[in-house]
Amino acid sequence: MTLLLNRIDDRLIHGQVVVGWGQPMDIRFIVLVNDDVAASDWEQELYRMGVPPEMTVYFHDVAGAIAKLPEYRADPRPGILLTGDIETMRQLVERAGVTEVNVGGIHSRQGREPRLRYVFLTPDEEGALRAIASAGANVTAQDVPGAKPVPLAEMLSGNHT
Amino acid sequence: MSSDSSQATLPRAVVAGHGDFAAGLVSAVEQITGRGAQLMPIAVTGMRLEDIESMLRDRMMAAGVRVIFTDLQAGSCTMAARRLLRGIDGAVLIAGVNLPTLLDFVFSEGSDPVQAAQHAAERGRGAIAVHANGPAGGVKPGAPGA
Repeated sequence: MTLLLNRIDDRLIHGQVVVGWGQPMDIRFIVLVNDDVAASDWEQELYRMGVPPEMTVYFHDVAGAIAKLPEYRADPRPGILLTGDIETMRQLVERAGVTEVNVGGIHSRQGREPRLRYVFLTPDEEGALRAIASAGANVTAQDVPGAKPVPLAEMLSGNHT
Repeated sequence: MSSDSSQATLPRAVVAGHGDFAAGLVSAVEQITGRGAQLMPIAVTGMRLEDIESMLRDRMMAAGVRVIFTDLQAGSCTMAARRLLRGIDGAVLIAGVNLPTLLDFVFSEGSDPVQAAQHAAERGRGAIAVHANGPAGGVKPGAPGA
């Protein structure tokens, strides 16, 4: 399996993903799963311009990603699976067998409570993360490779804020 | 310390980036030229893309500027700025800004800021130099003196 990271990050493609993780892991492709982006050529072009030439970005809605994931897993190049929200990743865990989930960035907005410096959650989002864990996936929070991974229970305790 | 003329200058551009990147660059511009007030530094930390876009829009609209410099092509500031600039005619985004770019920009005070930014970007692109040590182009690991 060469999808090295399955990440939830509401900024999708940005510096931490492309440089922070992408460079040390020699990432060659990103599978971006987001229904809105998958439906918009302009959005796709925006994200394509954010990656270096040696990195390819594939865009899918949830159904498309589920269908294509076996192919991406068989790809010999190192890759990242990326969603912008927890619910999308929950579907990939439950319907496509994702077993490791990295919570990379879910930022503050109304209704969300701080859990980590870079993780803010609504009660529903917290429930969705618990559902991911119940489905058998290992969930940790980690914004950049050099940071210590924070297990789900520790993350939800809010003791790091 | 800012000069009197600097304090009276209106901003001509926004500089946005990770951590203290923008403030550091603007501070350096001020120290070298006394013209740092032409640049409005914005730090982006721990924000959603939508909020970054909204903050950049508010600051640019309030100051009446149409030029934005950002730190990284893949960065969230750049992503937010590209969305934002879709709705602003005649605005320009320069991603991957460096100090020589900003120095060139602040010395073009009398010219159109958008054209000045484009000129400054070319200047900044050409201002990166590699000074290698030795005839082979560098000090080799393990070599004497390495």
